[in-house]
Parts: sequence; C-alpha cells; structure tokens
Amino acid sequence: MRTLIFRTIAPYLTSLMVLFSIFVLLRGHNEPGGGFIGGLIAASAFAIYGIACGVSPVRRSLYFHPMAISGCGLLVAAVSGLVSIFMEMPFLTGQWGVINLLGMPVDISTVLFFDIGVYLVVVGSITSIALALEERERA
Amino acid sequence: MEADGHWLTFLVLMLPFAGAAIAPVLVRFSGHNAAWLLALIPAFMFYHFTGFLGPVADGETVVAGYSWIPSLDVDFSWYIDGLSLTFALLISGIGALIVLYAGGYLKGHAHLGRFFSFILMFMGAMQGLVLADGFLTLFVFWELTSITSFLLIGFDHAREASRRAALQALIVTGLGGLSLLAGLLLIWNMTGLGSMSALLEAESALREAPLYLAALLLVLGGAFTKSAQFPFHFWLPNAMEAPTPVSAYLHSATMVKAGVYLVMRLNPVMGDTVAWETILPIFGGTTLIVGTLLAVRQTDLKLMLAYTTVASLGLLVMLTGFGSEKAAEAAVLYLVAHSMFKGALFMVAGGIDHEAGTRDITRLGGIGRAMPITFAAAVLAAISMGGLPPFFGFLAKEEIYAGLWQGGGWSGLMTLVAIVGNALMFAIGFAVALKPFTGPEVETPKHAHEGPVLLWLGPLVLGVAGLLTALASTLSHRFITNPMASAVVGEPVEVYISVVPHVGLPLALSVITIVLGVLAYLMLARGREAMAATLKAIGWGPDQGFDQAVRGSVRFSSVVTGIVQNGRLDYYMTATFVALALALFVPMILFGELPAVPAFPDLRFYEWIVLAIAFIGLGAVLYARDRLTAIVSLGIQGFAVALLFMLLGAPDLSFTQFMVETLSVVILALVMTRLRLSQADHRPTGEKAVDITIAAACGAALGLMLLRVTQVPFDDTLSVFFAEYSRAIAHGRNIVNVIIVDFRGLDTLGEIAVVMIAGLAILALVRIRAGKPIAAPKGEG
Repeated sequence: MRTLIFRTIAPYLTSLMVLFSIFVLLRGHNEPGGGFIGGLIAASAFAIYGIACGVSPVRRSLYFHPMAISGCGLLVAAVSGLVSIFMEMPFLTGQWGVINLLGMPVDISTVLFFDIGVYLVVVGSITSIALALEERERA
Repeated sequence: MEADGHWLTFLVLMLPFAGAAIAPVLVRFSGHNAAWLLALIPAFMFYHFTGFLGPVADGETVVAGYSWIPSLDVDFSWYIDGLSLTFALLISGIGALIVLYAGGYLKGHAHLGRFFSFILMFMGAMQGLVLADGFLTLFVFWELTSITSFLLIGFDHAREASRRAALQALIVTGLGGLSLLAGLLLIWNMTGLGSMSALLEAESALREAPLYLAALLLVLGGAFTKSAQFPFHFWLPNAMEAPTPVSAYLHSATMVKAGVYLVMRLNPVMGDTVAWETILPIFGGTTLIVGTLLAVRQTDLKLMLAYTTVASLGLLVMLTGFGSEKAAEAAVLYLVAHSMFKGALFMVAGGIDHEAGTRDITRLGGIGRAMPITFAAAVLAAISMGGLPPFFGFLAKEEIYAGLWQGGGWSGLMTLVAIVGNALMFAIGFAVALKPFTGPEVETPKHAHEGPVLLWLGPLVLGVAGLLTALASTLSHRFITNPMASAVVGEPVEVYISVVPHVGLPLALSVITIVLGVLAYLMLARGREAMAATLKAIGWGPDQGFDQAVRGSVRFSSVVTGIVQNGRLDYYMTATFVALALALFVPMILFGELPAVPAFPDLRFYEWIVLAIAFIGLGAVLYARDRLTAIVSLGIQGFAVALLFMLLGAPDLSFTQFMVETLSVVILALVMTRLRLSQADHRPTGEKAVDITIAAACGAALGLMLLRVTQVPFDDTLSVFFAEYSRAIAHGRNIVNVIIVDFRGLDTLGEIAVVMIAGLAILALVRIRAGKPIAAPKGEG
C-alpha cells in the first residue's frame, strides 16, 4: 500500500478532505451536507492518512485521542440544547442570532453547534475504530 | 397546577436531600456532634407540618404541586390530609430523634458522614412517599425508599450477611414496587385518574372498574412486600443487619409502614369489597400469628423486636381490611402507638448492645441499676406495647377489641387471632424491657453503664410521648386520630376512647389478653425451645426459598446463555439473517401482501449504464478469487447505487452512501487483514450453499418488501409539512439536515450517543485482542 506516490500525496489529500468536510458541515443546513456526512469525510481522510503513513503520525497530528474528540462532540451537542432552556423553551429548540463578521451578516445558531457536535462525534468514533484496526495490522 | 405559597412545602420535601449532601462535610468538621445540627432538618420539617394540624383537623386538605411532564399530564404533586400529615409528623419527629441517636450510637465510626447522608435521603424518600399525590411521584419515592434502605441495610458492607440482607430487601421490595407501578398504571388507564386526590374524590369509580381485581392484586403486591406480610416477611428480620438506628427508624415510622400507608390510603376507594375484606384479614392475620410465634423463637433483642414488627404490620393490615369503621380507627391508633413504642424499644436494644456488648437476652441480666434512664424508657415503651393503661397502646388495644368484636362474619376468628397475637406481643415487649435489666447481675462482654445523652434521649422522649398522648387523649384525637381515621374510612369519624376503662366486653378481652400475656412471659424460655423444635421439624422457610430462587435463576440464565451465546460468530450471523428473512417473508405471505409485478422500467440510457455497473460489481463479488477483491467489488456495487440516488434526486442520501461505502470497504479490509483469514474461501460446498440460500432469501425478501412499499399510495403529509416549515421555523433549505438537527434533534442526540458508545465498545474489543490477554478475575483462573 505504501507506495511513494501514495505516501507523498496522502498529507495533501487528507488536508483537502478535512477542509472539504468542514465546508460540507457548514453548508449542511441549506445544501446537501451536514455534520454526519462531514464527519464521515473527515474520518475517511484520517483513515487514508493512516494507511499511507502509519498510525502514529495521525495520532500526533490529531493531538487529542479521537475518543476524546468524540466525547467533546457529544458534550457540545448536548450543551447547545441547553441554551433554549434558559430562554424558557423546551430542550433543543433552535436559537438564532446574526453577527457582523467583517461587514458581512452571518447567521449563527445553536443548531449549528449541534451539527458541529454531531460532526465531532462521528469523526472521533470512526477514526478511533479505523486507527485501532490499522495499528493492529502492523502489530 | 398553581403552587404559589406552597413553595415552602416543596422546600421541606427537598430539604433532607440537601441535608444528605452537606452531612459528610459537617461530620468532617464537628464529628458526631454534627448530629445536633443535622437533627435540625427533621425538626424543621416537623415544625412545618405542625402548622397544618389545625386546618386539617377542621377538615381541610391541601393539594399542590408543579407540572412535571405536561404533555402526559403528569404532575409532581403532594396531598396533605389527616393520613399523610400523621405519617409526615411521625417520620420527621422520630427522624429527628433517630439522627441524634445515630450520633451517639455510631460515635467515632469512620463512615458516620456517609451514614447521615443515607439516613437523610431515606427520610426524604419516605416523606415524599406519604405526601405524594400524583401516581408517578408516589412510585418514584416508593422505589427511592427501596434503594436508600438498600444502602442503609448494607451499610456495613464488609460483612457478607449485610450484603445479602440488603440485596434481599432490595429484590423483594423492588419487585413489589414494580407490581405497584403496574397496578397504578392499570388504575390510571381504567379510571383516567392519575392522582390520589382525584381518585379519592371519584369514590366508587375504581371499585366498579372492570379490572378492579387485577389492580387490587398488583397494588397489594407492592404493599405486602413493603410491609413484610407473610410470605414476604423474611426480608425484614434479615434487615436487622443494619446498624440499630436504621432498624429503629425502619421499623417504627418508615419503610415497613409504607405498605400499611398505601393500604390505608386506598381503603376508601378500594375497600368495602369482598376481595378486599377477604385478602387483607387473611394475610394480616396469618402474618400476626406467624410473626409472634417466630418472635418467641429468638434470643437476640433486635430480632425479637423485628418479628413483633412483622406481627404488628399484620395486625394493621388485618384491621384495615376488616371493613368496620371502628376497626379502621383501631388501626390508626395502633399505628401511632406502635411507632412510638417500637422506636423506643429498638433504641433501647441498641443502647444495651452499645453499653453491655451483647444483644443476646440469655446473656443479659441485672444491668438496670447501671442504666436507670434506659431502663425507665424501656419500661414506659413496654407498657404501651403491652397495652396497659394509661398509655397510648392501651387505647389502641381497647379499640381493636371493640372494632373486631362488633364487626361482621369473621369477627370471632379475628378476635381470637388478635388476642393470641397481643398476648404474645405483651410477653415479648416485657421480655425485652425487663429481662436484661432485672434479676441477678450477669457477666456481660462490656461492663455496662449509662450511655451518653444522645443514646437515651430518643427512647425516653418516645416513651413519655406514649404516656402524654394517652393522657391528653382529647387533644390527640382532635388533631391526629380523628383526621387520620377519617381519611382511612373515607368519611368524617370521631374516636372517643380514653384512658378511663369502660366496663364491657372489650375490657374483659383485655383482661384475658393480659393474663395470657403474663403466662406467656413466664413460660417464654420453654416456648422458645418448643418453637425451635417446631421450626427444625419444618426445616424450610421463605428465607431459604429466596436463596433457592436466586441460585435457580443464576443457573437458569447460565444455561440459557450457554445456548444462545455460544461464542461462534458464524452462528450469530446465521441466526440473525435467518430471522431477518423470516420476519420479512412470513407476514408478507400470510397476509397476502406480495407486490404486484412492476411494469418494465422506462430508464434513460445512462441510468441503464449505472445499473449495469452495479450488476457488474455484484458479479465481481461472486467470482472474486480472494476476499480482498470481493470486498472492493462490493464497493463498486455500492458506489453505483449511490450514483443512482444522485441521479434520482436524493443528493444527501447519495452523499452519505458514498462515504459509508468508502469507509465500510476500508474498515472491512482492515478487519480482514486483522483476522488473518486465508486469502480465499475454502469452505465445503454444503456450507456455502446454506449461506448462499440465506443471503438470496434476505435479498429477495428485502427487495419484495421495498417494491410493496412503493406500491402503497404515498402519504405526503410529512413531506408537505417539512417542505412548508423547514425554511420558516428552522431557517434551513435542506430538509434532510433540518430534520436531523432541528425537528428531530433529540433523536439525533441519542443516536450520536449510541455512535460514541459503539465506538468505545469496538475500541475495547480491538484492544483486548491487540494487547496481552487480560488477567483473569480472582478465583476463576
């Protein structure tokens, strides 16, 4: 598997895929995409990187344990639902606001954070499974 | 439901739990003296409830609470009438004394803080139980008492006996709680009423409901297990493994009376039927006799008292179910009297144990001079227990005879049962209160002397209370007995009994009881031997039955596990897919729902090409020489299907399908290399044929079902709804995503939690294989 071409191109491919996954995540509310698909794309990106260059570079570049990322995602999703409780609305009711970013109005919402949570859970869980399996391959 | 002004009651309901949270901290700073501070919590609760005495005596009731689950019409609500108020006063009043007593009894114990936490939680649970109005509120607190009593009984968790007793109590009362839940839900379903107050107002609605008997049996299942009625009585004496303050509290005011409370509470709406007036007296009467006889057998002070508690609970159930108004009044009087004298006697037994070092009645004697205050408290309580004037127990006993003798068909038999039971309890009560203190001094493990104030305060207060409440009987009737009896009977009643003896049949029966009691007291040692011999002859009891049941279920489950989970993956896969094929095929054929043969599809040429690619992928899977090729070919087919989704206008779906295909190919390939399977499939043709059949059946069944589904007229309510509202409400144009993150956000939250847990589980599995074999648990290898 670890041909020179694959090994050389893998980091660039991975970066591109991760970037693309974030793009897919953010456009999800209006166009095809969203946290789940984005998460799957990012997870396959890391899986490819792992196949090409080995598991330890992936673990180093992720810095956190993938399962920690997953747990963090679950927390983000759950907490995003709490916001509405303080507005005296049922749990997980979407809250919307607009902020000005460099003169551009940007919609920001608890739903977005919920989707980011989904993304992180999927990335973390699938990546950790894939990495664990790849590690074993060499052991 | 409006709750303005009732927040203080809510606060009082939550106060013990707050106390439980701070108790360990308090104990760390002030040692056992924290008991004085912590006793303020039940004391405040007691004070709060005394405020209701006046209004409730005037016939008022309080119903209040907060909306809990509005969509299901479930409230967190409480109901204060004579019955619940008396219970609340007993729980908080005796609770305060118990907390103080525990401070003395467990002084210097390493886990005193934890103990206070547990007992305060238990107090809160019990208080919530008796005050609960909504069925769900009642059930939650009911099971909470089971759980907290589990913690208390197993407090001394290093000992095997404690753990067994705790587990036994939890299993018996917890199962009973589930039975109660079923009963309450049934009542809710039949009458449409979800709270006690509404049920009491509807009066006979429940009795006339079609499934009355089923509801009755289920509810009684809860009440009888909690109140240790025969044959569920065995857990209660075993619960004596708990520290004495727990026993005293459990037996006097709380846990075991919960079932009696429930029976009393439901008497106005469930009583007055043949079933009620048959089941309750029979079980109650049997429990009374069995309990006293078993009490005679014991030599341990606590166990003697424990079995008389069983007997008393039987008496209470018998009286409540007897059906006459006077009998219900008698039950009320006896309940109050019992709470006071049993609490006191238990604390005395604990005091003796603490100071003399043993609870064995045959090894105690003559310590009365060394412990005069405890002795006095014990005698006060025993007089009440024996039903002698001028104590509250006397009032109760007179009313019992008056009530039973006047009553209906069972009258003669029940009176006889009550006389025997009362006489034996008289004997046991005085045995506990006199034997250790009087007679020649016996060498005890510790040299006895009077304990600190914390140890004798509780029993003395309760003993004196048994005297004062009887002397001031007009007051105690007005504020306690009348309202409570009215709540039990279901209409206003008045109790007149006072300490002045009335000449009549009840008095004659009392005299007979006392004479029999004195005789039994004198012959206690011989009776004990006789009972021991009888029990040995019988040999088997429900307590052993419990052990056998537990062992049996463990063995049964290990046999079932051996069959169902034999550890062979191919076996599981075969079972799963055969079940899937059957589940799809059988109903379709049975109900004649096979799809019509579809028309030949009219597709564009590129759609044909994609379809062809999918088929080629499938062919490649079948003809692949080695497994890796097969896995990758499966990916081809999956990609083609994803492409079809895209062409047919489901970009989200196809997007996901692409990613899932990619990842499943990658992960399957990794798993395959990891399992070190041989490259090719070398199984015999027979096995292959079976697998091919199952696979083909699953595929055909799924395909047929999908065809059938598309042939049903399409109901577009949901699509129209989402198309209309996703932009307006959820600010998104992508309906699929809006559904996932907004309309059905809670589902998604659950799903991602599952994804994460599955990830953790897989990770653990992979680790087990990757690392060294895990060390086997002790004793297994």
